[in-house]
Amino acid sequence: MCNLHLNKGIHTSAAFRCILTNSTICPFFTWRVLFWFCRITMAGSFARILSSKRKVGILSLVGAGSLTVGFFMNREQHVSAGAHVRRIYPPSAEYPDLRKHNNCMASHMTPAIYAKLCDKSTPNGYTLDEAIQTGVDNPGHPFIKTVGMVAGDEESYEVFADIFNPVIKERHNGYHPCTMKHPTDLDSSKIRGGQFDDKYVLSSRVRTGRSIRGLSLPPACTRAERREVERVVVDALGGLRGDLTGKYFSLTQLTDQEQQQLIDDHFLFDKPVSPLLTCAGMARDWPDARGIWHNNEKTFLVWINEEDHTRVISMEKGGNMKRVFERFCRGLQEVERLIQEKGWEFMWNERLGYILTCPSNLGTGLRAGVHVTLPRLSKDPRFSKILDNLRLQKRGTGGVDTAAVGNTFDISNLDRLGQSEVQLVQTVIDGVAYLIECEKRLEKGQDIKIPAPISQFK
Amino acid sequence: MPFGNTHNLLKMNYSAEQEYPDLSQHNNHMAKIITPEMYADLRDKQTPSGFTLDDVIQTGVDNPGHPFIMTVGCVAGDEETYEVFKDLLDPVIEDRHGGYKPTDKHKTDLNPDNLQGGDDLDPNYVLSSRVRTGRSIRGFCLPPHCTRGERRGIESLSVEALGALDGDLKGKYYALKDMTEEEQQQLIDDHFLFDKPVSPLLLASGMARDWPDARGIWHNDNKTFLVWVNEEDHLRVISMQKGGNMKEVFNRFCTGLTKIESLFKEKGHEFMWNEHLGYVLTCPSNLGTGLRGGVHVKLPNVSKHEKFGEILKRLRLQKRGTGGVDTAAVGGVFDISNADRLGFSEVDLVQMVVDGVKLLIEMEKRLEAGQSIDDLMPEQK
Repeated sequence: MCNLHLNKGIHTSAAFRCILTNSTICPFFTWRVLFWFCRITMAGSFARILSSKRKVGILSLVGAGSLTVGFFMNREQHVSAGAHVRRIYPPSAEYPDLRKHNNCMASHMTPAIYAKLCDKSTPNGYTLDEAIQTGVDNPGHPFIKTVGMVAGDEESYEVFADIFNPVIKERHNGYHPCTMKHPTDLDSSKIRGGQFDDKYVLSSRVRTGRSIRGLSLPPACTRAERREVERVVVDALGGLRGDLTGKYFSLTQLTDQEQQQLIDDHFLFDKPVSPLLTCAGMARDWPDARGIWHNNEKTFLVWINEEDHTRVISMEKGGNMKRVFERFCRGLQEVERLIQEKGWEFMWNERLGYILTCPSNLGTGLRAGVHVTLPRLSKDPRFSKILDNLRLQKRGTGGVDTAAVGNTFDISNLDRLGQSEVQLVQTVIDGVAYLIECEKRLEKGQDIKIPAPISQFK
Repeated sequence: MPFGNTHNLLKMNYSAEQEYPDLSQHNNHMAKIITPEMYADLRDKQTPSGFTLDDVIQTGVDNPGHPFIMTVGCVAGDEETYEVFKDLLDPVIEDRHGGYKPTDKHKTDLNPDNLQGGDDLDPNYVLSSRVRTGRSIRGFCLPPHCTRGERRGIESLSVEALGALDGDLKGKYYALKDMTEEEQQQLIDDHFLFDKPVSPLLLASGMARDWPDARGIWHNDNKTFLVWVNEEDHLRVISMQKGGNMKEVFNRFCTGLTKIESLFKEKGHEFMWNEHLGYVLTCPSNLGTGLRGGVHVKLPNVSKHEKFGEILKRLRLQKRGTGGVDTAAVGGVFDISNADRLGFSEVDLVQMVVDGVKLLIEMEKRLEAGQSIDDLMPEQK
């Protein structure tokens, strides 16, 4: 059933060949099993050949003559399915060309790290090449430094820690994944202040993401896993009550009216077009198992199977960030309780906090922000420095990579990992209060001060 | 390889129904043919290099298709794909290639002497002539599935082989990632440069990974013979020139291809070929000859005739705009080429183009003179 074709005279310097023509039921063999077999039956030169040419090992034996042919033929019935048989190159021949690249992955990847990790995989089968594909395909922008890699499952962060850790450290402003612990705190009662003047703050919003432990992440999930995520989350959201009572809209079943309403509410998300996401495989099978859930009051919104298993958003018009965060925490904790009732939990650990697809969203995965009008302050040359010291970030009101319209800015926390949710939201509240204070002072013709930089890790 | 579809063991934790794609909105060959039973049967299989059913169909799942254009919706990751997944691919091939059966044999004929005529297409009407095909190197995975190492291996083998061409085929290789500005501009001006694919049909299958690593363009000094390396296939080979001397174009095409094949063989490599499917390429639509031979021809009158579509169908020809597939004709100039790829030899197909274009030009002249073309209507080939 299994024919082994020997290719004569094929030895080139870097490549070795083997072709198996298979009909539908055919045993495969693992080079590990082969190596083991060699050790006990043919100790000495054979085993040495195998061990010294591990990566190109078994295939190099193919052309070596009848001994190996017989050897291979006898092995067939003992072998187990599951391994791949293909042209194998040494890691140096597979190493990506990153010379024109400017992303965190490219900054920290080395041939040594690649060689160490390239034949490893997570228990689900996710590999290094898959994790870094998006960074290889998207060299980046000279001014914006993208992350350049993603996780396919929770274990990715462990199996590929040698590359994830330095990337995480760079992206999260020095957080040491090996030595530091990430605090989680969703007790909104600890928040002080956070009710801003509507004259300045037009809207308030907090978002994060959550992943369901035991199911692969969007870059790697199978269709059935993705549908399972949808089922588990929609089931839990269906248990929300009171002001959180709401409804699910599956992207595959939207009516025209529902679609229009979601667009008008600015809730609808579309198939990703950014190559950063598509190159990581997150848009496969669109729109299968994707959807949007929101409460009837339209202040609590969950995206399912977009860039993460779930994205959770609490928002409202006006400046009551305290209430937005209170609802955020309450909703998240309630959803967590509901999935736990069914035996599920969120991906979390004390080293990295909440586990999400992109390393940039680890920890809290939280971005808390306001749309705030600062006509005078925004023109002050000290504006950027003030934001830096307050550990805040500005964006246009269209979100990341948009420009501000008029004098209205999206101001949010810079950090994600290393501080708790309460700490980050308090930072935003205190910072925005300071910005409004500056704006008011400038209104009255008074001078403002650049505040001292606040500490990053508390 | 890409996107985690190769994790077959993980999928086995779920039933076939749970994994079956939702194809209710779809209109492509794959979606027409596949059934839940077929999916259940094939889903735990993989080729020796690890290409799975989900890898094959991902592009068809992600691209439901167009109501008017029927896309194929599946790709091969290696030569063995066509064998391991033949329960799906044979009917797709039959559907796409006009009833080609799993037991049919494909004839290969690259002897240009067998072409009758073709050197006398009226240059007042025929602006340019071109023949293209693809070739895959046996033993290497195809663009949807190859690793960087394999792709680079293909590039270096190809560059080595092409570097040994001489005479009027002598030329130069331009690697996409090492191109200078001047070289890039020259290749654009010559209409040779290919760019990173943007079509979601290609992107969804993983063919654009690692761009532009190991991709490049080779062409001879005369700019009449061109090879693309690692775009949609391992090699795309193009012979072309201005004017209507299709015979010369086909001559050079066959000579060049045969020379390249023997240069590969000297190094112990051969092209993927078998007597059922002919030359094996990434997309099932390009099996057999993978050949598209065509001309840019002025047919302002014939193209407006009510029977134009019918005439082309009977001649087994296809029209496109001069920008290639899916473009519209400009100024009455059409790209006319063979509609078939598999089940006819290279000589057969180019003969059809030569004979068909000759007839179309005759019809055009008649209509110019205000005469009828009814007596010229061809039989169905």
